[in-house]
Amino acid sequence: MTHDPSRRALLAKTAAVAVSGVAAVGAARAEPLPVPDSNKSLGRPLPPEEYGMPSKYESHVKRRRTDVLVNKQNYSDWSFTPLHQQLGTVTPTGLIYERHHNGVPDINPDQHRFAIHGMVRQPLVFSMSDLMKYPSVSRFHFMECSGNGLTDWLKPAARTVQQTHGLLSCAQWTGIPVSTLLDEAGVSPSATWALAEGGDGSAHARSIPMKKLMEDALIVYAANGEMLRPENGYPLRLFIPGWEGNVSIKWLRRLKLGDQPWHLRSETARYTDPMPDGKWRQFSFEMEAKSVITSPSGSMKIRPGPIEIVGFAWSGKGRVRAVDVTLDGGRTWREAQLEGPVMDKCLTRFRLRWNWTGEPTTIASRCVDSTGYVQPTVADIQKVRAITGFVQHHNGVFPWSINEAGEVKNAIA
Amino acid sequence: MRSLETVTMTFATAALLAGCAGNAANPTASSPHARSMMLGTPIVEADISAWNIDVRGPDGQGLPPGSGNARAGKALFDAKCASCHGAAAAGGPMFGTMVGGIGSFKTDKRLLTPGSMYPYAPALFDYIRRAMPLTAPQSLSNDETYALTAYLLHLNGLSGEDAEMNATSLAAIRMPNRDGFIVDDRPDTNAVRCMQDCRPLRTSVPAP
Ligand code: HEC
Repeated sequence: MTHDPSRRALLAKTAAVAVSGVAAVGAARAEPLPVPDSNKSLGRPLPPEEYGMPSKYESHVKRRRTDVLVNKQNYSDWSFTPLHQQLGTVTPTGLIYERHHNGVPDINPDQHRFAIHGMVRQPLVFSMSDLMKYPSVSRFHFMECSGNGLTDWLKPAARTVQQTHGLLSCAQWTGIPVSTLLDEAGVSPSATWALAEGGDGSAHARSIPMKKLMEDALIVYAANGEMLRPENGYPLRLFIPGWEGNVSIKWLRRLKLGDQPWHLRSETARYTDPMPDGKWRQFSFEMEAKSVITSPSGSMKIRPGPIEIVGFAWSGKGRVRAVDVTLDGGRTWREAQLEGPVMDKCLTRFRLRWNWTGEPTTIASRCVDSTGYVQPTVADIQKVRAITGFVQHHNGVFPWSINEAGEVKNAIA
Repeated sequence: MRSLETVTMTFATAALLAGCAGNAANPTASSPHARSMMLGTPIVEADISAWNIDVRGPDGQGLPPGSGNARAGKALFDAKCASCHGAAAAGGPMFGTMVGGIGSFKTDKRLLTPGSMYPYAPALFDYIRRAMPLTAPQSLSNDETYALTAYLLHLNGLSGEDAEMNATSLAAIRMPNRDGFIVDDRPDTNAVRCMQDCRPLRTSVPAP
């Protein structure tokens, strides 16, 4: 049953049709419909208790490690969200992308402590049960790694959108405004930065401006209605809306307030942007507006006929105002339809109906956000930054080429 | 205890009223006072000291007492680090080289090492102390961490083999990339929303 080749062939056909959107209007008559086995047999009984899992027919939908920039170990490593298989704006929790610096710790929430200290009136320590008594807030936000797109700046390396853009996820995050707890500790008027540090084996830490912490940062213990998964920071993480995922410190154990940034390895030697003249740009926290077509995308195959182009757009500065799509390699663009709700710093789905004639072409999308910022091309970015070394913050327009056989490929250049 | 509760409640009530108006105007705005519960337990800094491991780059604030030199560091490195980083930190099975690259940033091939990249030497102490060795982080003594820091600086030609590294001498080292950083000044692009007759996208049409 699991290896039934005809079923596999059928699935493959269904997938191809789904991608190309070819409707069998006026085509040969469909076969008579037999009553399926599922109608004629007893289903699986309800176990006394269970954590529900996806259908076994969906077992190919998985996070995947990079197969382009293969790491020499899998402790300081990352895995990608399968964006082409994400069907709504919320990423299923088990598919939220990962980036760890020393593996995933297994923290007992009863023992976990979170401290606020440094330039405060009264240093405080909280247990998880303390924190969970506070009135919570829940917000939908995307989270993106500054290194998303790292391998695909000037020539194609990754094949699928999972690999080119999958260091991106979106969830409903639940927790407490950081400002609530900081106010209780009493922030010194001269505190301008805070160090956030994790309780993992890398004690991963970043300096974060107080202004942002007080504005909209959250201390989060849940995602999509359940406690965080271990790989997402269980039992407690920081969440900084719209900023590179690296600052949303997982397994959060403390915030230490100070009056200047720390200049740690992760804010100098890493997560910085190469600039002309041998310089590096640091503290480039905000993830600027970006979009990508997820269907059709790399490694898919389409057939001539109507195609529903679908993708995601997002901006760390605010809402998505519009998404434009080109079907002719950038010569002309037309506005796509946005699927509501369109929320602040949240993944937004766009769609556009297209009738593919079978001519080879290149398609791409471009996001405009609520500040008026227009997603640049790599050529635009290359005019002002150096694209060499360990390049971060790639929000360039991403082209997919389609050849006469309908094969969709990464066409970044 | 009693007076504390009273104070908290009065505070919370007042804040709640203020918070209502705020929420009406902007339903997503957080009104921290309305959420205040005062459930944190006061702690003194001395009792956080085991966690207080951060070292501030520019002035080395947070560097602990202790010292070590590159000679001692080499022996430690061979025993605890070389299995992943290679002999003399030249690159091993788990990580590339941690030596060289100074001056490479003006070329097309930037080589990122602690020597070429870190603007402040105390950051090297900070990172080794918090994260290395990968398999046993926070297991090194202060003297060992100073010695390993001294060894990596020495391999990068930034200090002598016998130079003692301590809170004062480490903070005094001038790293080559000290002035190599600029603070975020984006947006740095100003793309326009062209709809017709636009310049085609740069693409690489991959080989079939
Ligand atoms: C089990 C393998 C392993 C061992 C043992 C190990 N390291 Fe590492 N080291 C790594 C990995 C992997 C990284 C990269 C981590 C990352 O980027 O998140 C790293 C990164 C580093 C860096 C940062 C380099 C840079 O360019 O910024 C330093 C410094 C370092 N290690 C020092 C040491 C020292 C000193 C020891 C011995 C006490 C040690 N390491 C032992 C695996 C190891």
